[in-house]
Amino acid sequence: MSEKLLDVKNLVVNFKMRSGEVTAIDNVSFSLLKGEKFGLVGESGAGKSVTGFSIIKLISKPGYIKSGEILFKNNDLAKLDYESIRKIRGNRISMIFQDPMMTLNPVLTIGTQMIETLMAHKNISKSEARKIAVEKLKKVHIPSPEKRLEQYPHEFSGGMRQRIIIAISLLTDPELIIADEPTTALDVTIQAEIMELLLQLCDSMGMGLILITHDLAVVSQVTDRMAVMYAGKIIEEGNTLEIIENPKHPYTEGLIAALPERASTKEKLNQIPGNMPGLGQIPEGCSFHPRCTKMMDICLTEEPELKEYKNLHRKISCHLYNEKEQ
Amino acid sequence: MMDKISKFRSSYLWYSFKNDKFAIASFLVFMLLLIIAVFAPLISPYNPYSPDNIFILNAEMPPFWIDGGSKEFLLGTDDQGRDLLSTMIYGLRISIMIGIGAVLLQAILGIIIGLISGYVGGKIDSFFMRLADVQLSFSYLMVAIFLSAIFKAAFGVGTFGEVAVPFLIIVIGLAQWPQYARTVRASVLAEKEKEYVQAARVTGFGSVKIMWSHILPNCLSPIFVLSTIQVANAVMSEAALSFLGLGMPVTRPSLGSLINSGFEYIFSGSWWITAFPGIVLVILVLSVNMLGDWLRDTLNPKLYKG
Amino acid sequence: MPETPLLEVKGVYKHFDISGGFLDKLSFEKGKPYLKKTYVKAVNNVSFDINTGETFSVVGESGCGKSTLGRSIIGLYKINRGEIHYSGKRIDNLSEKQMLVYRKKMQMVFQDPYASLNPRKNVKSILTAPLKFHFPDLSASEINDKASEVLELVGGDTAWFKRLPHEFSGGQRQRISIARSLIVDPEFIVADEPISALDVSIQAQIINLLIDAQNKKGLTYLFVAHDLSVVEHISDKVMVMYLGTICELADTKTLFSDPKHPYTKALFSAIPKLGKPLAKHIPLEGEVPTPINLPSGCVFHGRCRHANERCKTEVPALIEKDGRKIACHGVEEGRI
Repeated sequence: MSEKLLDVKNLVVNFKMRSGEVTAIDNVSFSLLKGEKFGLVGESGAGKSVTGFSIIKLISKPGYIKSGEILFKNNDLAKLDYESIRKIRGNRISMIFQDPMMTLNPVLTIGTQMIETLMAHKNISKSEARKIAVEKLKKVHIPSPEKRLEQYPHEFSGGMRQRIIIAISLLTDPELIIADEPTTALDVTIQAEIMELLLQLCDSMGMGLILITHDLAVVSQVTDRMAVMYAGKIIEEGNTLEIIENPKHPYTEGLIAALPERASTKEKLNQIPGNMPGLGQIPEGCSFHPRCTKMMDICLTEEPELKEYKNLHRKISCHLYNEKEQ
Repeated sequence: MMDKISKFRSSYLWYSFKNDKFAIASFLVFMLLLIIAVFAPLISPYNPYSPDNIFILNAEMPPFWIDGGSKEFLLGTDDQGRDLLSTMIYGLRISIMIGIGAVLLQAILGIIIGLISGYVGGKIDSFFMRLADVQLSFSYLMVAIFLSAIFKAAFGVGTFGEVAVPFLIIVIGLAQWPQYARTVRASVLAEKEKEYVQAARVTGFGSVKIMWSHILPNCLSPIFVLSTIQVANAVMSEAALSFLGLGMPVTRPSLGSLINSGFEYIFSGSWWITAFPGIVLVILVLSVNMLGDWLRDTLNPKLYKG
Repeated sequence: MPETPLLEVKGVYKHFDISGGFLDKLSFEKGKPYLKKTYVKAVNNVSFDINTGETFSVVGESGCGKSTLGRSIIGLYKINRGEIHYSGKRIDNLSEKQMLVYRKKMQMVFQDPYASLNPRKNVKSILTAPLKFHFPDLSASEINDKASEVLELVGGDTAWFKRLPHEFSGGQRQRISIARSLIVDPEFIVADEPISALDVSIQAQIINLLIDAQNKKGLTYLFVAHDLSVVEHISDKVMVMYLGTICELADTKTLFSDPKHPYTKALFSAIPKLGKPLAKHIPLEGEVPTPINLPSGCVFHGRCRHANERCKTEVPALIEKDGRKIACHGVEEGRI
């Protein structure tokens, strides 16, 4: 029986705008077992990145965590002060961002950046830190790592930079990695290699992985379970392959049906009409109802809750299934 | 019209202004000074340029709240017997005129050169940028000394007095066009690569049309910010030149020349001749600079993505 | 009697000179000074035809030159060698004035919806400017009607006229961009990654819009993309590029069912497909070389498992084999 690594309970994240406060993450709950790979899927504006950032309290003004618990091995991260969360960030929980060019400091060598990360968290000497850095670079298949430590980010290609970032995130042997669209900025062939590397590392080191992405195909290749987000809420959660084969929420259905590989040649693609509502423009009732082909009267007024349906082996937030239960 | 007003009121610019006390304060102060300058003939108690008002006997009278002063001359008189308050008001007018005039000249010249330099690139760009470098390496003081000496020698001091304002506008204006040129060029280089410019090229629009009606409107923010700073600088430059005796003549003093003429008298006790114009100058430059600061923060490029 | 293709690209080269100024070029070899020139060899000897009504896609990863090719065809760049013909007439050597006639017939849709619209102009101004420019004799009401018509065609609304670009979402901006390109009634459109910057569900809407417009107006498309699943869905012919050179060119069915070039095979296997396990992709050795120092011989030889001596020295010619055009010594020799 695996223990829970991360347990997010009823997380609410608000943003203070000049017109008032808007809710970006609305009562989101999910959990992750040790070593599990979890996908957080949605389009831009759904709130998946904000969720990822909130876990290690990386949200800055005007955003803030309004309520909820983020239990990391029974420690509530939401309640920790700055010093305490610093000990967890980059140490027990690492994060990989989307654009490798932005994540690496262009005026420092790779070695400096890796060694300073290590020394910030562990009480070791520079030479020991260097050894660990070389070891991690080897793990991510960077050739001649000792020489590479002296080089600057611009001397590497995009794919190699992302590998270096993965190496940096592994330096302290974290228990959880949050990867926010790690391959979106990369070419398709490099993307495949990076995802494979990440998978291997998670398996061999027993690390948990939260993969934040909009790419259903990538998430289907890498994760065990996934949650689909829409307008700040989780609307479907369950086993990844099961959701892909058999989506239950109309939005998930629409998302998968809209993929070109699901359409016949030169026929029009199946599209979901309309746009995802922006912050502060979320409609009454179910936030998806204006775009839903299966909308019922109750959807206009009542917000559905994320409920677990044991027989379907799924968590769904949709009135369609409420009715069926009854 | 109502459309535009309501759009402005809901814009970020207005919001940021409303909530920034310093911005509001500096704007009000600047507006006050501007109104005083524009309506100088109506506000000023005397006309300091009319010889009727210069009684040498009245020279160096202190402000009215000090012994020896009188309510006739609220802030006292200068060394020529002119009412200090009136002279300051007209002086403020001249300082602002030169400040804004010089900036207009710099801006027009600099924007045109910056646009062409940035858009066309190549050898023309190199030429203009080198020219800018040369221009910047000349101290405007040196240029002013040189030109005014020649002018005075050729046309006499009296004529110089008449054309002093345009002369100063030209000297200060020409000295600083590179600032505008560089700023605009940087903006143009960035905008040039954007796809809406390429779309305009694909449609077939010519270079001039693209530069003027597509790129320039998108470079306005840095231009506005720069302009506020440059007005302050121009006012200061003119004050410095006048202080050194190279600017406005004694007969039509600006704030700077007043400070200069009063300087000799500080130690003999008539401190007000330097002090009051000095204070007004500082307030003018400060308010313009603070407005510029606020504008720069508000128009921060991060907001362009809005 | 075969029709003249709408677009003919013949032996096109586009190299960018990034040598810099005089001092940048100054270099020493064996004590003697010389001027070193550096070029980005973006497009090298590309030839193909597009027939009227076709959707022709160019795919490849970053640095392959597909965007440069698209922009060279539309006239944003002047090519260094080769010829481009439109409707049988040569267009690459025309002056800006002579090109104006073609500007009405050839249009472009760009990748970044946030940069493709002038932030200071409202939608009406953006749409009507090209129309007024090319058809100065139209009356104000005719212009207005045309703008409304084309905006509705892309799923927009005349209420959009007075609004500025920043008030719209990415998908809506892309619709406006497409409307702008359609308003002059073009025949040929170059679409440079028109959906890469959009969300998945919006991508489907925009693709459908483009297909619709093609059916209604009889358009010919040159589609530049890196998303292979979209390409497979909408294209008639597909051309795969690597480092500025054509690897393989075939009609969609042939190419996707039976890719022959080693690069095409690796590329296709790397596309994440729903539920397909990762391990099955064909790994490529090494990293992508830069278009500045092109490898000798076949540009792909450094990363190809089947490369032999000939591949290192001789540039493979584009030959017809197995119902497609392909540039590979291995395939030519029957090795692969």
